[in-house]
Amino acid sequence: MSRAYRHNLNGSSLEPGTRQLEIEAVALRFGGVQALQNVSLDVCQGEIHAIIGPNGAGKTSLLNCISGLYRPQEGHIRLHRSDGPPHDLTRTRPSRVARLGVARAFQNIELFKHMTVLDNLMLGRHVHMKHSVWRSFLYYGPARRQEIAERQLVEEVIDFLEIQAVRHAHVGALPYGVQKRVEVGRALCLQPAVLLLDEPMAGMNTEEKEDMARFILDVNALAGVTVVLIEHDMEVVMDISERVSVLDFGRKITTGPPADVKTHPQVIEAYLGEEVS
Amino acid sequence: MATATGVYHTSYEADLALRKTRAEWIRLGLIVLLVVSAPFLLNPFWLTVANQIGIAIIGAVGLNILVGHTGLISLGHGAFLGVGAYTSAILVTRLEAPTLVAIGVAVAVTTVIGTFFGLPSLRLKGLYLAMATLAAQFILLFAFRNWDFITGGTDAIVVASPEIFGFTLRTDFHWYWVIFGVAALVVFAARNLFRTGLGRAFHAVRDQDIAAAVMGIHVGRQKLLAFAISSGLVGLAGAMTAHYRTIVTWERFTLDVSVLYLAMIIVGGLGSVAGAVYGATFMTVLPAAIQQLARNVRDTIPMLGREIPAIQLIVFGLVIVLFLLFEPRGLDRTWQRVKDYFRLWPFRY
Ligand SMILES: Nc1ncnc2c1ncn2[C@@H]1O[C@H](COP(=O)(O)OP(=O)(O)OP(=O)(O)O)[C@@H](O)[C@H]1O
Ligand SMILES: [Mg+2]
Repeated sequence: MSRAYRHNLNGSSLEPGTRQLEIEAVALRFGGVQALQNVSLDVCQGEIHAIIGPNGAGKTSLLNCISGLYRPQEGHIRLHRSDGPPHDLTRTRPSRVARLGVARAFQNIELFKHMTVLDNLMLGRHVHMKHSVWRSFLYYGPARRQEIAERQLVEEVIDFLEIQAVRHAHVGALPYGVQKRVEVGRALCLQPAVLLLDEPMAGMNTEEKEDMARFILDVNALAGVTVVLIEHDMEVVMDISERVSVLDFGRKITTGPPADVKTHPQVIEAYLGEEVS
Repeated sequence: MATATGVYHTSYEADLALRKTRAEWIRLGLIVLLVVSAPFLLNPFWLTVANQIGIAIIGAVGLNILVGHTGLISLGHGAFLGVGAYTSAILVTRLEAPTLVAIGVAVAVTTVIGTFFGLPSLRLKGLYLAMATLAAQFILLFAFRNWDFITGGTDAIVVASPEIFGFTLRTDFHWYWVIFGVAALVVFAARNLFRTGLGRAFHAVRDQDIAAAVMGIHVGRQKLLAFAISSGLVGLAGAMTAHYRTIVTWERFTLDVSVLYLAMIIVGGLGSVAGAVYGATFMTVLPAAIQQLARNVRDTIPMLGREIPAIQLIVFGLVIVLFLLFEPRGLDRTWQRVKDYFRLWPFRY
């Protein structure tokens, strides 16, 4: 079943191609461990920007800094917008970062396990809803109207991700690949300006990977959502991303189009002779 | 719409409804019938028990919002009950406030005090939060007993039977309607809360607080809100006890009461409004039933009559342990199983 999507999933009002996320000289330490060192990179509106690197390179840590979960000791992360000065995400708490339009899917699935798929996705609408204790107690009236209005967009995301059959299922009971998909859906329901995906295809079989790649491309091409993608599967990365940044031991080696990055000597060295195909 | 092959919905309203099939409506009708006819059928002893159940339901639903739905713990709710009771009693006796106003203020005061003692939840979880709220329990109990100038100290406060809209609530029969009217409203409100975004946010904080924050939920504010709503409802239960029993003493708000209420929601089902109702009913009926039983056999086995309190304690402890072992999700889960059994009835396997 297909239908015209009525809701715009893109939460950014910036012109495509302009600088959206500006990461400037970020350094992050955990005691003696230097997780990130002088990392600078720009993400532009409307691109798929892949971040790659060996295990422990600091990719997840970088996303955590953007989400406001980690506070880097040095540097700034600015989120640009069309209607005012940029926000410095390094000084913003996670719930506020979400309100600014940064949505996130985690490396290890962090769904609300005891809830249904629908409830998980509706939580993606949290920042767009008004919450009043009295209206919730009463339910009939504004609270129910709001539930139904938000449900419309959630149902579009359900259609888009092809998870209609499981909408009332509890997420904890779903197969791994479907859970991954639900988590991306929850982030999409936020109508994000920037979508951060931490290894969305890890542990999937080829077919599931293809599906996920298609969803990411669709979100990006049709809706225009900026995607920051961490992924280990080089083929996928080279296929779908416009630009690639490489991290190694907390330092950024290079940023560029996939073809250039693939042949960069330091990148080849970082992967220690691993075939970068 | 329920058919032989399943339940179908053609609108989001229908999909969001609490009761979707005719069987569910019939069940609700039977419960209403039971509640309405009970005061005409029960003897005085059990009518008193029924009223205690009604008040316990209000408190248990309140505590469950914090513990079962938000995943926080409080050992201070016995004292919060006392805050509601003392506030309302003092307002009525010292300031001659109308009862309804006094109860309203009592709810507000308990909400504020409960939220204040919930502040440690911004930093602490689990056992550490339990210790912090235990401190609240002791601090408040100390205040009840020692701040003579406000609470009358260890002397009881005696309250007159309240007059509401020109009608004096004197007998258990009168009270029954008030208590169960309020309890029904509280249950309805709590059920509603958990089918809106605000209620979902409590569950999100309970299931995965980091993901909740990343989805835009202000976790700290949500936790304090849980303390606020929860202690507000417990304050309401406390204020109603004060006027119903017409006497307020500190002994009714000790740590035992906090534990009793926790037992109610564990036995009933954490994180389920219906579970809180089952648990409140069960844990109030149980000691009363033991008392009745022991009284009946007092003449044949005199020892039993003397040891009622001890037996009550032992059974109380045993029930909690058995539930934790065999039905950790409480009576609510048991009921679901019974329903499933009959739904699939001809096809037993
Ligand atoms: N909360 C933390 N406390 C201490 N050390 C941490 C923490 N988070 C990350 N680190 C350390 O920071 C470094 C980078 O970790 P990170 O998880 O960002 O790597 P990654 O690139 O995402 O790796 P992977 O590909 O395995 O997911 C590692 O050495 C890790 O041990
Ligand atoms: Mg990682």
